[in-house]
Amino acid sequence: MSGSKHALVARLNDGDATNLDHGLSLGLSADEFERACGLIGGRVPTKVELGCISAMWSEHCSYKSSRVHLGRFPTKGPRVLVGPGENAGVVDVEPDVADGWAVAFKVESHNHPSYIEPYQGAATGVGGILRDVFTMGARPIAAMNLLRFGSPEHPKTPGLVDGVVRGIGGYGNCFGVPTVWSQAEFDPAYDKNILVNAFALGVVRKDRIWKGNASGVGNPVMYVGAKTGRDGIHGATMASDSFSDSKETARPTVQVGDPFKEKLLLEACLELFERGAELLVGIQDMGAAGLTSSAFEMASRAGSGVSLDLDQVPARETAMTAYEIMLSESQERMLLVARAGKEGEVRAIFEKWDLDCTTIGVVTDDGFVRLRKDGIEVCCLPAEPLADEAPRYKRPLTAPVPVPLPPGALKALTAKPADAIRNVLLSPSMAPKSWIYRQYDREVGAGTIFDGTFAAAALVRLPQTKRGIAMALVCDSRQCFLDPKEGAKRAVVEGVARVSAVGALPVGVTDCLNYGSPLIPEQMAQLSLGVDGISEACTALDVPVVSGNVSLYNQTDAHAVLPTPTIGVVGVVDDLDKVAPAMALKPGDVLVRLGAPPTTLEGSLACWQAARGQGILRPLDLEAAGALCTLTRELRVGGHVLDAWPVTAGGLAQTLFSVALGNELPVRSTLPDGEDFLVSYLGEDRLCFVVAVDNQGVPAVQARAARAGIEAVVLGAVGVTPQFSLHDHLGDRSFSADFATLVAEAEGVVGAIVHSGSRPKA
Amino acid sequence: MAVTVITFPGSNCDRDCVAGVESAGGLARRVFHKEHELPTDTDAVILPGGFSFGDYLRCGAMAARSHIMPAVRRFADAGGPVLGICNGFQIMCEAQMLPGALLRNAEGRFVCEEVELDIVGDSPLLVGYQPGDGMVVPVAHGEGNYTADDETLAMLERERRVAFRYRDLDTFGNATVNGARRGIAGIIGGPKRNILGMMPHPERRASTMLGGDDGLPLLLALVGAASSLTPSSKRSA
Repeated sequence: MSGSKHALVARLNDGDATNLDHGLSLGLSADEFERACGLIGGRVPTKVELGCISAMWSEHCSYKSSRVHLGRFPTKGPRVLVGPGENAGVVDVEPDVADGWAVAFKVESHNHPSYIEPYQGAATGVGGILRDVFTMGARPIAAMNLLRFGSPEHPKTPGLVDGVVRGIGGYGNCFGVPTVWSQAEFDPAYDKNILVNAFALGVVRKDRIWKGNASGVGNPVMYVGAKTGRDGIHGATMASDSFSDSKETARPTVQVGDPFKEKLLLEACLELFERGAELLVGIQDMGAAGLTSSAFEMASRAGSGVSLDLDQVPARETAMTAYEIMLSESQERMLLVARAGKEGEVRAIFEKWDLDCTTIGVVTDDGFVRLRKDGIEVCCLPAEPLADEAPRYKRPLTAPVPVPLPPGALKALTAKPADAIRNVLLSPSMAPKSWIYRQYDREVGAGTIFDGTFAAAALVRLPQTKRGIAMALVCDSRQCFLDPKEGAKRAVVEGVARVSAVGALPVGVTDCLNYGSPLIPEQMAQLSLGVDGISEACTALDVPVVSGNVSLYNQTDAHAVLPTPTIGVVGVVDDLDKVAPAMALKPGDVLVRLGAPPTTLEGSLACWQAARGQGILRPLDLEAAGALCTLTRELRVGGHVLDAWPVTAGGLAQTLFSVALGNELPVRSTLPDGEDFLVSYLGEDRLCFVVAVDNQGVPAVQARAARAGIEAVVLGAVGVTPQFSLHDHLGDRSFSADFATLVAEAEGVVGAIVHSGSRPKA
Repeated sequence: MAVTVITFPGSNCDRDCVAGVESAGGLARRVFHKEHELPTDTDAVILPGGFSFGDYLRCGAMAARSHIMPAVRRFADAGGPVLGICNGFQIMCEAQMLPGALLRNAEGRFVCEEVELDIVGDSPLLVGYQPGDGMVVPVAHGEGNYTADDETLAMLERERRVAFRYRDLDTFGNATVNGARRGIAGIIGGPKRNILGMMPHPERRASTMLGGDDGLPLLLALVGAASSLTPSSKRSA
């Protein structure tokens, strides 16, 4: 028993001491319990109140360990309409059109639930992020995901991959949002903590953005959507704790998704938004911590209070207690504040879509959230302190010490260079993800120009315009492990490079910071350093962070995941007619490398395969990277190149293989004189791009690159031989494989992982 | 000339169909499933893709019994052009406007990919294609595995009511993409061959910017078919 708990118990009577124990069992510390008592005049909170407090002050809802760091992000910019803190960030994508489009987007984690129940965990992760976006008034037009699984050989991996992919597809396909990007990798560090990060982007007229405000005393508080059940109770608390082997039985806390209900909710909400402020004051989805967080946050934002009658909440099960109603994380529910007297018109809209819509309370001016059940007040807590004055901790930080590469660590690689290439191309992390993409409806909405199966980024049309929205969701977790700051910086650069490669100007970043335990100083330091890296890169590349999410406790016992600050970058193409279609190369088209070649294998995937977790990541020159992105973007929108790809994980070899796969044409590449075969094909220490050019267009591209002071060398061409082959200058070292055979092998990798496991139930 | 696109709860391609018809130069508007009548100026109807009523029962089963469907059936029986895409095709089968049924994909998974089709049927809605033409369009479904009894299949073949056939067939002659018998991707029905149900999505291939326009001739025919296929009840009115 801690000292502070001793002191506290001594002052409490028996009943209050029981409540203290209850609070502690919900994850509150003794200090937090005392702080809570202080907020309500020294009284001991009731059990319902403790449930609300522990949920609001959970790591998941309050960011109590990370908030002191998040303030370092650059969040301002001329295009930013809504920054971090709302349900999603909103960025202006038509600054030249007065009532034009903005895009709302965010990425969020659903890691813990997806490990426990992969299908429902992943599905409701998608459902949650879609609600975050359409709560802002935006119709979702694209979804992406970033997934991290354990070793393919781990017995749980096949079922987890299968369940997560089915869950994402099952939700998004039915809801009707195209899932245009999936970045999935495998590493034993995720054996017991997978990552499921879901991103959604929607379009909203910039003068029609909605926020979660409960303002206007006397306005009705209305509950819409699905009924409340006992599912997901304590979900936010679960996601704020680490796993131990005994916790794999936490299944009842995983929510169950109903994408059909969510689709109805979307259409009903958009109809309501159409009617505007005449009917609606504010709206917020019930996500983590359900009715609790939506009620407290909406009241807090408006500086008001709310009084709710929990007997009016539509319940799916009988005899639900106030505690259960407040902490349920049943899906597909929204809380809204309507204009007084307009309840009937609001209800008519939801009834058209066969959804429950009930007035459950009223906006007050006393600053309190008051809850009544069976006519008795069971909760009276101040809204703002709970929502905004959660404890903030400056956790101890101990920066991890990089492990230099031991001498001779790469001997095996250099001894058999062709094998080194092959091991990268056919590794589960690098192998094509067609098996996953195929299960996602990538085109519903009829706006997908290309998805991310092989393109540098996904591109969707901005409705009714010539503009396109490019997006990518990335992170090189291995590099973030070697150097948490440099790795996070590079994740931003990769995202910016990807949208630039499809001709888009990057306009906003969203992040999902997946780390281990904030209570372990080395793991907490990884987060802090990650924030530094993201901030440095976003500042240098002039792209603001507009939304994000933090997921901590991604560890089991003492083993944490690789630090994974997932970065979503969104960009705008002003004129789609100027961007050539992706993956439309013809035989004889030339491949040119833009940018200086790598200088080392250290920090690369190949190096990781040979010496896991070892090596020093060289610092990336952000100015040079920015100039290279700008050049590539200009070449792409200027029509000087047919297509472009940044060189990322797996190096040039991997990028050239993606080009070959996407275009269904083999590549033959030869390095310029003086370059080392393995370093140039597998090194990842510097940013470079591959661009595809029409045969006649090469001199023009080289001239433009020269004017920008950027190296541009011809590597080879597509479709000129039946082999996929990579050579050094003299042909001393090479990798060559029959293209059709290599493609079949690579395309089989991911499916084989799933089919190696026992067949899961449908 | 106006195309009526039915919005069932859970339809998610209804807006895409409106956009597709507009690309083909037609006018389109959405009509909610709770209506009992089609707008009087309806010249063609589309039952769009999606997951009507969540498809938690058999796909299309609930939608086939919704308020608007008797009116759609009367329109079709009178010779009016009706196109069912994906979930719309499933609804048509459940409503017995077309024979057969769509089972779960043979592989047991949702599949979204481009497929190559041979256009083999005889219908006014296919006049935009030449004999021997193919088309490349995407499918996106979990239940596109067309099946019917042998007698029905023989009738469909004999009467040239198989509209489209997937080019990729397995050794049994079924579609590799979903297991559909005889590779059937779409079929034709109605008194004037005016009902077309298909699993692939022509509305997603109505513009070169969005991956191709192989679906456009079909949408153009739907828009144009209004004149030749206007329901007799309406013509006399």
